Amino acid sequence: MNAQPILEVKGLSRAFGGVKAVNDVSFALHRGEIVGLIGPNGAGKTTLVNLITGVVPPSSGSVLFDGQDVTYQRPWQAARRGLARTFQIVQPFPEMTVLENVAAGALFAGRAANRADAEAQALEHLAFVGLAQDAHRPAAALPLPGRKRLELAKSLAMRPKVLLLDEVNAGLNSGEVDQALDLMRRIAAQGITILIIEHLMKVVLTLSQRVLVLHQGRLISSGDPASVVQDPQVVEAYLGSKFAERQRRMTANG
Amino acid sequence: MRSSAFFILSMLVLAAAPFIADNYVVRLCTFLCMYAALALSWNFIGGYAGYPSFATAGFFGLGAYAGALTQNLGLWLPLPWLFATVVVALFAAGLGFAILRMKGHYFAIGSISIVEILRLLASSWAQLTGGGDGLNVRILPGGPDYAGRVFLYSMMAVMIAAFITMLCVDRSRLGFGLRCIKQNEDAADMIGIDVTSYKTAAFTLSAMYCGTIGAIYASWVAYIDPSDAFSILLTLKVPVMTLLGGPGTVYGPILGAWVFVLLEEMIWAKFLEYNRAILGAVIVLLIFALPGGLLRMQWRRKWPSSVFGLPGLNRLKESR
Repeated sequence: MNAQPILEVKGLSRAFGGVKAVNDVSFALHRGEIVGLIGPNGAGKTTLVNLITGVVPPSSGSVLFDGQDVTYQRPWQAARRGLARTFQIVQPFPEMTVLENVAAGALFAGRAANRADAEAQALEHLAFVGLAQDAHRPAAALPLPGRKRLELAKSLAMRPKVLLLDEVNAGLNSGEVDQALDLMRRIAAQGITILIIEHLMKVVLTLSQRVLVLHQGRLISSGDPASVVQDPQVVEAYLGSKFAERQRRMTANG
Repeated sequence: MRSSAFFILSMLVLAAAPFIADNYVVRLCTFLCMYAALALSWNFIGGYAGYPSFATAGFFGLGAYAGALTQNLGLWLPLPWLFATVVVALFAAGLGFAILRMKGHYFAIGSISIVEILRLLASSWAQLTGGGDGLNVRILPGGPDYAGRVFLYSMMAVMIAAFITMLCVDRSRLGFGLRCIKQNEDAADMIGIDVTSYKTAAFTLSAMYCGTIGAIYASWVAYIDPSDAFSILLTLKVPVMTLLGGPGTVYGPILGAWVFVLLEEMIWAKFLEYNRAILGAVIVLLIFALPGGLLRMQWRRKWPSSVFGLPGLNRLKESR
């Protein structure tokens, strides 16, 4: 493993008026890692992703990608550098076909030389996520699980080095989540560094090598999944102080 | 295939007009070429990028004044037209950078203000432009028949140039990127499209041929004034033509412009008192009945839902 982190975030903060949505967050992702980012609703997870990909500029702090300072990059620059993301609320080009949607990713951020090349690559990515049979349907005609897969295929077509997955499993049933888990494992096997932003503990705990916990804009805990879920601060953030106290007593009493 | 055959045939008919018809028809054909070129230009920004620009008359008028002023300096004829093209293209590129930050209705209002500002400038800067008195342009020597032919073929050349540019853009990275921007600008940004540059390119392309057309128009009518060159009616008509024919298609703007000009000509001739009102009603009916333009007409769809249903609702139904 290369010692230099592929993505490094240093003291990143962003205030919206008086609310510090992200407050002095620092962490690093190493090549090939799968890291989970969890936190209750409104913890600042999506804002953090938006800061990293240049959708909103940070109030302070910096973002390093592959050793290069990219703090004030625009989203399209992030995409071309190899920093791809999916949206919590899917963002297809509704009137284009599924194939064109993915081809757009390959053409503008990936390594496709022209339209034909981009479409050929797009077909491979669609086959990978299991959408090949829908290639020529309009993107708007896909049901939600299909659109989530489309979003993934589009991100993969961009040939990312780092993939930020913002709640790709939200709104899926448990069978669909299992399929998505399998898919994410296969993406990781390609050597792509993944940051999973997720509500579903099942996904985070089975996939991640490391978990970061965000609460009220601050990073309150990090470490391997098993120890993070035992962390009293994390329990408190999710379930409230009363429950955390009771759990502490229970563990103390054995 | 059928549309390209139709296109080539209609070009031949237009080119033959001076030899088979009188000067009224030649003049009408010149207008057909002029509006088709303007509608094609609007298609770059309105049809592909999805930005409802109402700046057409601004570019047209700026081109008319730039061309007329240089022509009066004594420059050989195509040169003032080329000069106007360059001036307008540079103007749009510089302006686009600022104005394209606005979206939707804000952009529409911002773009229409360009027309107003330029019109005020032209009428106030009397030393240069002659102000409200207008500007006489040197008349092309050689008689009306000769001039009619020159201006018909010049307008036709610009229309064909705009059409070829459109074909190139339609098949290129730029066209694909603009279509992405139209459907979802944030997502387009996210997949690596430099949206600011792409939109500025579309805006510049939408402006430059308007500048050429404006300059040719000034030479043709030999007299321009601020309210004619920067006409609000023109700025509204051109988008309607493109929407009528089919925005975002290559043949739609030409078809829309021709249908519109011919309708206008017929209605103008028959109903002197009510022509604008009838034209307005026809436009409203066409836009409501054909939200995707004539080229995207779906013959199978039942009439009642498309005529009386709101286009927005129809679109919702399709997306489900």
